Amino acid sequence: MEWETVIGLEIHAQLSTNSKIFSGSSTAYGAEPNTQASLVDLGMPGVLPVLNKQAVKLALRLGLAIDAEIAPQSVFARKNYFYPDLPKGYQISQFELPIVGLGHLDIELENGETKRIGVTRAHLEEDAGKSLHEDFETQTGIDLNRAGTPLLEIVSEPDMRSAKEAVAYVKKLHALVRYLGVCDGNMQEGSFRCDVNVSVRRPGAEFGTRAEIKNLNSFRFIQSAIHCEVDRQIGIIESGGQVVQETRLYDPDKDETRSMRGKEDANDYRYFPDPDLLPVAISAEDLEEARASLPELPDARKQRFMAELGLNADLADDLTNSREVADYFETVAEGCGDTKLAANWVMGGLSALLNKHETDITDAPVSAAMMTGMLVRIKDKTISATAAKEVLEGMWAGDGDADAVIEAKGLKQVTDTGAIEALVDEIIANNPGQVEQYRSGKDKVFGFFVGQTMRASKGKADPAMVNELLKEKLKG
Amino acid sequence: MSQVDSTQTAELTQLSLKALQRGIQSSQFSVMEVTAAYLERIARFDAGLKSYITVTEEQARAQAEVIDNQIRAGELKGALAGIPYALKDLFCTDGILTSCASKMLANFVAPYDAHVTSKLKDAGGVLLGKNNMDEFAMGSSNENSAFAPVQNPWNTDYVPGGSSGGGAAAVAARLAPMVLGTDTGGSIRQPASFCGVTGIKPTYGRVSRFGMIAFASSLDQCGPMAVSAEDCAITLNEIAGFDERDSTSAQVDVPDYTANLNDSIDGLKIGLPQEFFAEGLDQQVAAVIERAVKAFEARGAVIKEVTLPNSHLAVPVYYVVAPAECSSNLSRFDGVRFGHRCDNPQDLNDLYERSRWEGFGDEVKRRIMMGTYALSSGYYDAYYLKAQQVRRLIKQDFVDVFNDVDVIMGPSAPTTAFKLGELVDDQLAMYLADIYTIPTSLAGLPGMSFPIGFADNGLPVGMQLIGNYFEEARMLNIAHQYQQQTDWHLQTPAAFA
Repeated sequence: MEWETVIGLEIHAQLSTNSKIFSGSSTAYGAEPNTQASLVDLGMPGVLPVLNKQAVKLALRLGLAIDAEIAPQSVFARKNYFYPDLPKGYQISQFELPIVGLGHLDIELENGETKRIGVTRAHLEEDAGKSLHEDFETQTGIDLNRAGTPLLEIVSEPDMRSAKEAVAYVKKLHALVRYLGVCDGNMQEGSFRCDVNVSVRRPGAEFGTRAEIKNLNSFRFIQSAIHCEVDRQIGIIESGGQVVQETRLYDPDKDETRSMRGKEDANDYRYFPDPDLLPVAISAEDLEEARASLPELPDARKQRFMAELGLNADLADDLTNSREVADYFETVAEGCGDTKLAANWVMGGLSALLNKHETDITDAPVSAAMMTGMLVRIKDKTISATAAKEVLEGMWAGDGDADAVIEAKGLKQVTDTGAIEALVDEIIANNPGQVEQYRSGKDKVFGFFVGQTMRASKGKADPAMVNELLKEKLKG
Repeated sequence: MSQVDSTQTAELTQLSLKALQRGIQSSQFSVMEVTAAYLERIARFDAGLKSYITVTEEQARAQAEVIDNQIRAGELKGALAGIPYALKDLFCTDGILTSCASKMLANFVAPYDAHVTSKLKDAGGVLLGKNNMDEFAMGSSNENSAFAPVQNPWNTDYVPGGSSGGGAAAVAARLAPMVLGTDTGGSIRQPASFCGVTGIKPTYGRVSRFGMIAFASSLDQCGPMAVSAEDCAITLNEIAGFDERDSTSAQVDVPDYTANLNDSIDGLKIGLPQEFFAEGLDQQVAAVIERAVKAFEARGAVIKEVTLPNSHLAVPVYYVVAPAECSSNLSRFDGVRFGHRCDNPQDLNDLYERSRWEGFGDEVKRRIMMGTYALSSGYYDAYYLKAQQVRRLIKQDFVDVFNDVDVIMGPSAPTTAFKLGELVDDQLAMYLADIYTIPTSLAGLPGMSFPIGFADNGLPVGMQLIGNYFEEARMLNIAHQYQQQTDWHLQTPAAFA
């Protein structure tokens, strides 16, 4: 390796509060322009900000989850610059004293090792509005619905050394904020936005000059943007040039980054403590309350699934990526008393349906109770695994719970020896050629007989009994 | 009924708030009559004085009628029910021009009421109009108004002080029995002193700033100006208290400010800061102050000389902190959503630059530039941060002094009112007009000014009274006791009799 990539990330996570960080306006996405902008959001003369305590609670939750230092006193500061979608002419943010200090997040590398990524800080701030350039000829529309939406800006240390590590970190953080209920993680709607700082250096050398790539809103774009930025920087240095510190934008259509503004164009933000807001004081009780509100964290839950439930690492990983999936799984596993069966059906049949219908598990028509009901019927041999697939689809389609679908579709497993024996006899009689092959030592043909028999039973025959009977009868 | 003869007009407009309230509740006269009396005086006298930017005559008459009915129905009984008042033109008033005496907001009709506006509305007060002021509360002479300079009723060649000069002049000329002003570095106390009225700047956080267009957020405080300490106490009762819409408003219980007005001041320990009596203080002002101090001594007060060793740094500190905050507070006036917008902007920068260049006056621009500079990267530590450190020292000086004395007294301003135009070209001299009031503001302490006599030029002299945090009741008590023995506060300028 001739070059080493150095990456640090700034992530803006929109906090899942009902109202804005300094006003009572709704934060719901997609409303008509300026219908969710109060006098405070409009920056009317004379209005004052009042801190939304829920935003503080959510910030604390993330801070505790990444084992970070929590500032007993943090301070809101004004970041001053002029832009039409910034109504006050300053953004209320945190500068010198952020609420969340140094913490860390562990990511898994491809070789199975764990790497610790430092989180420098996370601070609270308000979002700006949106400028709408498309809809008005020669003019710009301003929509202030988003102005004042609470954000947590989470800044990492420059600890990542490849695009893959960066993506692993972003995914991990993305899963974590959703897990904690801190942010809905919706990247399309901009609830989770990513700025990437990239530089290259010779291994062991000082950090190179970095470029910041703004506003990447998918994991794929993060990866591609880093790749082409790294190539660009190496190209410049190898041809004798120097990388300049600047802000760049990634164009996914052309797969290239281009300069947005240089360092010399950067604003002097004239930060100073906002005299309209008191310092945010966090007491021991506040911390205790936040700690109590924390769910079992993904890493801990994964370890527990492996140690106590005997799941393998991959399955445990998949099941703990989302808190809702993990909760669903645990409910089902407990209800049916079979961890592996539950894991296989949640990550198998159910997961496939969720993907196919692009549905979240919380909105799935098959509740954890319904899934449990079906697995109980597999366990007590009322239905076969084959029939269960049909039951699941029936439940998804709204045909009722497992028992109702089994009854309606007549999927009850046949365990009557006489009935199965008759089927087996018929199959053997109708396929003399295959019988001949089997008896001459072609064991593989056995599968053919099982399949034929199950099909003839419309999947209702108990596969164990079919196996047993076939083995006996084929001996001849 | 709205036809009131001038004798009665003059009589009604000489009454204290208490007397007005008593007369209204006992149906001796109606709210409409009182309102009409003030409106008539405004019409007669304000053309030259310019103490009002907007007179809300029609609304006032309509409101007066409604309140008369409510009072007759027994629905409204409070101390301010039916009392006319005026507001400095930086308090938002729903549906009424709120201009900050600036071209920038010359078209701004506020869409909501400030906290104090709704408090006085709810109390049954009748809004007479909006008082003239220095643009965005920046100034000490009221010459920075984009509309017109205000004249001092005691001598119309002189300034009324600033920035709440319109309100102070209105009270002095009896064009309102009570007004609300704001004080950032002396903007209630200095004009109260220049115009011979009583005004109090409460402890920072005592009155909500919600709906008060900001100059310097960490210093701005609303307070009443009226003829007497008693009238100020009655008003403060209605407007003081915590407001959840202002995070910096104090969650401290509000006493009844009228309850202790008659307490004895025997044994009161008064501190006189030596720095307030040093070079720069006009000899005649010093003499009038000395006479008043003797009067307190005669009534049993104990006089002690004290020292505020860092007070000489207050003016420079103030002119870093206040402009820094204002440079940010005034960024919202960008021509995008409200206020002045230039014609035919060529692009975004042109829109910003010309809207702000045309909308703001010179003093506002000067302070925005000073503040922007003080906050700039590379200068922040040397200016803003250093100023905040010195501010803590200034505050500590007061904390130390209040270990030894109950209140501090001294001049409100180094001189009586100066002539219109006299200091316009001497900004530094203008800034020094607030030399005795600024330290209190930086410390967040309550301060008041009440009239204690006249200099040889016939202009009033005010005594500044500085109390410990949230001790407004004590201060009002002390001023009231003085006003029970003297009638300086009851004198009216001859031209406005």
